[in-house]
Amino acid sequence: MTRLSTIALVIAALAAVPLVTQSNTVLNFLVVALLIALAGQGWNILGGYGGQYSFGHAAFFGTGAYVTAILQVRYGLNAWPGCALGIAAGALLGAAIGALTFRSGLRGSYFALVTLAFAEVLRIIASVAPITGAGVGTLVKLDLRWEAFQFQSRAIFYWVILALVAVSLVIAWLVERSRFGAYLIAVRENEDAARALGVDATRVKLGAMTLSAAITAAAGCFYTQYFLFLDAGIAYGPWISVEALLTAIIGGVGTVLGPLLGALVVKSLGEAARLVTGDAPGLDLVIYGAVLVLVVWFAPRGLMGLVADVRAPVRRPSRIAQEATHG
Amino acid sequence: MLSPVILIPAVLNGLLTGAVYALIALGLTLIYGVLHIINFAHGALLTAALFAAFFAHKLFDLDPYLAAFALAPAFFALGYALQRFVISPASHGDDRNMLLVTLGIAVIVENALLYAFRADTRTIDVPYGFSTIDLGVTFLSLPRLVGFGAVFVVALLLWAILTLTDAGKAIRAVAKEKLGAELSGIDVAHVYAMTFGLGTACLAVAACLLLPTYYVNPHVGNAFVLVAFTIVVLGGMGSVPGALVGGLLIGVVESLCGLYLGESLGQIGIFLIFILVLLVRPSGLFGERA
Amino acid sequence: MAEPLLAVYNVSKRFGGLLAVDAASLFAEGNRITALIGPNGAGKTTLFAMIAGFLKPNGGSVHYAGQDITGEPPHALARLGIARTFQIVQPFAGLTVTENIAVGAHLRHRARRAALAAAVEVGREVGLGDMLDQPAGTLTVSGRKRLELARALATQPKLLLLDEVLAGLNPSEIRDVVPVIRGIQARGITILMIEHVMQAVMSLSEHVFVLAEGRIIAQGPPEAVAADPLVVEAYLGHGAAKLAAET
Repeated sequence: MTRLSTIALVIAALAAVPLVTQSNTVLNFLVVALLIALAGQGWNILGGYGGQYSFGHAAFFGTGAYVTAILQVRYGLNAWPGCALGIAAGALLGAAIGALTFRSGLRGSYFALVTLAFAEVLRIIASVAPITGAGVGTLVKLDLRWEAFQFQSRAIFYWVILALVAVSLVIAWLVERSRFGAYLIAVRENEDAARALGVDATRVKLGAMTLSAAITAAAGCFYTQYFLFLDAGIAYGPWISVEALLTAIIGGVGTVLGPLLGALVVKSLGEAARLVTGDAPGLDLVIYGAVLVLVVWFAPRGLMGLVADVRAPVRRPSRIAQEATHG
Repeated sequence: MLSPVILIPAVLNGLLTGAVYALIALGLTLIYGVLHIINFAHGALLTAALFAAFFAHKLFDLDPYLAAFALAPAFFALGYALQRFVISPASHGDDRNMLLVTLGIAVIVENALLYAFRADTRTIDVPYGFSTIDLGVTFLSLPRLVGFGAVFVVALLLWAILTLTDAGKAIRAVAKEKLGAELSGIDVAHVYAMTFGLGTACLAVAACLLLPTYYVNPHVGNAFVLVAFTIVVLGGMGSVPGALVGGLLIGVVESLCGLYLGESLGQIGIFLIFILVLLVRPSGLFGERA
Repeated sequence: MAEPLLAVYNVSKRFGGLLAVDAASLFAEGNRITALIGPNGAGKTTLFAMIAGFLKPNGGSVHYAGQDITGEPPHALARLGIARTFQIVQPFAGLTVTENIAVGAHLRHRARRAALAAAVEVGREVGLGDMLDQPAGTLTVSGRKRLELARALATQPKLLLLDEVLAGLNPSEIRDVVPVIRGIQARGITILMIEHVMQAVMSLSEHVFVLAEGRIIAQGPPEAVAADPLVVEAYLGHGAAKLAAET
């Protein structure tokens, strides 16, 4: 279990980056990596702690992003309440999809499929509905004032997304130490046994999905404010579903720091691929896919699992020996 | 209500499209029925098959219908190897891992194709590409009609393999009672890989049937994959007749929705059916399990 | 006679054309050990699942402490004080023994720290004191059975449903676990157990129900039931030989 001091240390180290370099390339890279880490932490709450693998977290990312953008562009709402409503809309959608799927008892492959289908339905609707700008997309007006949740300096944007990531880490930390978290993990490990012990499995999963959707929607809201442009493929496209899942799996499912570590590693690999081959499309994703398969294959507990093994390599055998003497 | 003059061709064309959908779904449902995994790489492998058929035509001037006889065994081998040497060892027998591994393969294949061939859309020219048959009420595309017939030939062939050959019997035994099959000396890993191979071979045939009237680009499989999932869920996971009937049904639904709602919204009709069936009757219309 | 803590009236369950449980009635009186026995496929586990809320009966009703609980979900029953173990042990394999038990303890303790403390206490009670930090997946069969018991106990039940808790244990392990079950009874917990190990049933339980082909065919004190010709015919023809071999 990750300690709060470790989280503080990691965040402090990342917060110091703009003091060392003001390079736009570096900061832009880190902003995107943290954005994915945030979306991935959302996935991790449901998929990592709850064992419900969603293949359609784009549904929540896109809803957060679009609600934020549309409220500003079409209804003249300020960006701050816009973002709050974007997160709320994502959470609501998560609760709605969760209520439908968990009540019908969908698990495993079926759950992955139905989440994927919801994201695709939203993508198709967004690509034709006038309110999203359909094929043209939605452009948020450039207005570099903090009142508009836009910032002149990239460093400020960076600190904002870092703060959001910090909040998501603390949420995961709290989940690990709460009854809700214990119940969620119990449902992941064995749903029937959990129910027998008084766990309302449907309610616990529903709670996890709502929280998970809210966090991923927050990443969508930030995306809108940072890039100021959305279309259906960006907001609801499979890329974000895959990257959210990828960072959590590669970093280590069901760990506090896994998605952050995973996002930094995955994005670095993608960047390295781009440096080597120029801007050829596809190669970064080929590498992501390969890393996904390799991690599942050789390091099922992700990079955090490798870290734990390095730090405590001899603990497991000694426990087994201990059991043998008592067994 | 639209007049029969428009409606009948729409239904017939829907059936022609639906047959190819059915073939793609057949591969998916076969794999699910035996391995109990949803193969998320199915769409990407279809794309790969379309590219293979395209280059067989471009480089060797091989007619897609002839190419099917070469590509089906090749894709059988590919599917066999993928299951035996990648999916199975990588997922350590855990269902959630299998989802991830097939998703990873999908991402790799699709983007490797994107990297190699860019996003360009390609088509081939065959002399019969635009041939039609006059049915009196409407004209139907000859290559699509050939495809329709071929799907049923393949389905029949698959049925024959499953019921008459020893390998087919082993596959059915494993699907019904894995442990029992294992105890009676059936090599389950081999059967799994063969099933995956057969499912992938279906894709190769489907690609060859599609190519004369369709196009290929690195994302083309995506258009089919959710449709195929819908058919499989509708027909009942693992049910072969369910996949055939479901495929035809979805083809017609898509065609009619397209007629009334426009092309892109026509797809939504499919997804709504999909979500509805999953929520209300996850065992499908023909499924046995509750 | 006081009203029994658990009373099951004419409960039936149908799977397709198969009537797995056919109008079965049984009761478990407070602070006693009641056993449910029967040959394989008699419907014991199905009946159990209906009592514990995992299956909804097609007919009949289940009453607990004077309250109709028919069709209530398992988590609601756990809250009322009904806990169960599983025939095939179901540990949360990735968690430690303490964390496993804490899931049960959370039912009565909201705070993590309190739940963990309660878990340690219950773990020691059932003899898992030396294995508390071990991953549950590494436990031996008898360790896992104890873990099942500990988790159920941690929910502080009034009624404990034990599904073949002794099955799969060797005689010396059974001798270890039997006192644990007696200890649970001594704390005032009512026990209803499905059991195949006849010897243990005879020595532990005060009242036995016999289920065969979905119907309760006999009930009474263990010695009386064992002598019932109906039971001998349906069940003990096979079991008696085993019993004789064991003694």
